[in-house]
Amino acid sequence: MTQYQNILTVVQISGPVEAGLPLPKGDSARKGTPFMSRLLGWIGNAQIGPIYLGYLGSLSLLFGFIAFEIIGLNMLASVGWDPIQFVRQLFWLGLEPPPAHYGLTVLPPLNDGGWWLIAGFFLTASVLLWWLRVYRRARQLELGTHVAWAFASAIWLFLVLGFIRPLLMGNFSEAVPFGIFPHLDWTAAFSIRYGNLYYNPFHCLSIVFLYGSVLLFAMHGATILAVGKYGGERELEQITDRGTASERAALFWRWTMGFNATMESVHRWAWWFAILTPLTGGIGILLTGTVVDNWYLWGVEHGLVAPLPDIYPDVVDPAAR
Amino acid sequence: MQLWIPFAASAGALLAIASFVGAGWDAPPVETTQIGYRGTGMYLEQDVEKLEALKAANVVPEAPWEADPEGERAGDIYQNVQVLGDLSDDQFNQFMAAITQWVAPEDQGCAYCHDIENMASDEVYQKVVSRRMIQMNQAINVDWQDHVGQVGVTCYTCHRGEAVPANYWVDDREPKPASNASRAGQNVAGKYSGNTSLPQNALMDYLLGDEAIRVHSLTALPTGTNTAGVKETENTWALMMYMSESLGVNCVTCHNSRAFNDWDQSPPQRVTAWHGIAMTRALNADYLTGLAPVFPAERKGPQGDVFKVGCATCHNGVQKPLNGVSMLQDYVDALDKKEGPADAPDYTTYVPGETQVLGADAPTTSSALPARTTVANTQD
Repeated sequence: MTQYQNILTVVQISGPVEAGLPLPKGDSARKGTPFMSRLLGWIGNAQIGPIYLGYLGSLSLLFGFIAFEIIGLNMLASVGWDPIQFVRQLFWLGLEPPPAHYGLTVLPPLNDGGWWLIAGFFLTASVLLWWLRVYRRARQLELGTHVAWAFASAIWLFLVLGFIRPLLMGNFSEAVPFGIFPHLDWTAAFSIRYGNLYYNPFHCLSIVFLYGSVLLFAMHGATILAVGKYGGERELEQITDRGTASERAALFWRWTMGFNATMESVHRWAWWFAILTPLTGGIGILLTGTVVDNWYLWGVEHGLVAPLPDIYPDVVDPAAR
Repeated sequence: MQLWIPFAASAGALLAIASFVGAGWDAPPVETTQIGYRGTGMYLEQDVEKLEALKAANVVPEAPWEADPEGERAGDIYQNVQVLGDLSDDQFNQFMAAITQWVAPEDQGCAYCHDIENMASDEVYQKVVSRRMIQMNQAINVDWQDHVGQVGVTCYTCHRGEAVPANYWVDDREPKPASNASRAGQNVAGKYSGNTSLPQNALMDYLLGDEAIRVHSLTALPTGTNTAGVKETENTWALMMYMSESLGVNCVTCHNSRAFNDWDQSPPQRVTAWHGIAMTRALNADYLTGLAPVFPAERKGPQGDVFKVGCATCHNGVQKPLNGVSMLQDYVDALDKKEGPADAPDYTTYVPGETQVLGADAPTTSSALPARTTVANTQD
């Protein structure tokens, strides 16, 4: 019984493809002929397709593609349309938001932040349409809308970073640029400018939930794999019909740490941790620069900062002399 | 045949090799030295192999000979000696021998700066430049002891046997964006920002111009007075990356990174660095940019600006140039006092190959004026 001690899924279903529920009137048809992929079956369901696009999905993809193109072409133009530099420096290239002096001008010159705003508009529209799609598909399948609300939490952080906080600050130059290194540089510079996000309590919470999510994911995944040979992968059935897999998993954690989640509650734990990561993070970002200008000094005032002995008594700001 | 397996394996192997070979990481052994209070994470990390290479590259050359300070003064013997005239004949010749070693290409020797037929003539532009550079060197040793201390500098600190110091900097806008595009001065691997995508021309703002480096607010809550945003912070950070690369040190050599701006928690090196920034600014404004009319085009950057000094010009990758060994004591009479007129001569009148004497009796201009105009011109 070693088939679960493997990083890949060993058990693959093969057979007639699943067509899915019939769709109600008014919905467009699902696209593509479904097929089986052994390779993808190793990491997920072996059946690929059909996919439901609909007008929300189609528009979302179109808007996302437009944003992607605007960003990519701006990057290419930023190195003088040189394909070699584009490939060499791809991770360095970016698209910057407009400088501060434009304030909240809706459309500054295209090469001075205008393209950034347009790309941001299309990307936001794309993400919001995709959210609607996730919500609608869930209702269509008569599911709960948990995935949509978890996604909404991530969208909240995205909107705070790129739209809501810049609105409150009065200019779009405070927003995040597009680009691999540029957005990472923004992150660190943001922390430096506002006196170290380390001392922002909502940042602390966000990290707790982020690392907590990782821990819960690992604990839960490991537990289910470990009781797989007793049918533990049938988690939801075992919520109401507790079998030996559920009993053993519970016993394991009670022996290990005196307390255990249940087959039901562990999913609530994981969902809330995931939701709270961007939710608290977004609050932390929103407060930065608007309500608190220097988190280190805020931390000093609120007892968050460990005092250090004065080990450089001779160091004085030379500009203040 | 499942072709994807060899393809994926090769791609993975190439990526692994590229990340080890291409990234220029510090391979072990790395030496870690605690330089701050315990628990603050203030450690200096240094690659031991690179350290050895740097040690070998930063050895002080011997003086050509020990000069006799007695005897007739050089200014009385030779024509058109506007600086170094107070040296004895022997000191003067010793210094000329030294500067030839430090700066002149080996196959040219004295002829790099002098018309061999008429050593007094200023017609070779290098002579005009070196006179100004000697004055700059003197100014560093006299006016900027807050930065260079008693160790001081000589021509060799920067030149290292090369006509042009290896680590100068210029206005950098490469690769050029398309004519209707802009990348806001950043988002390419910046030569002078530690190869980051931070603003590539921060040195123009801080080591030539005098834009504010400080971006922090000194109150916990906003007062509406601090205009610096994230973009300004990235600019400052680019300068800091340049400084860090120039000296082979980390942020924590000068800062406690939990509060970058707080002087009370900063090591004394930050004070030295602060004076270094002020010094570099002054040298570029007062000495380097003014020489623009004298330098030929091949001694200028792609934007037509002169080569400028930055931290790396002297430091060359080590925290103390030449690892803190002073060369100055062999050349105290030449380089440890200020000489000549304080103001620069009017370099716009200089005609290479013709001007016999520049500066002594020629009309002079304030050095600050042309320097400022240069700033305005090159920054659009």
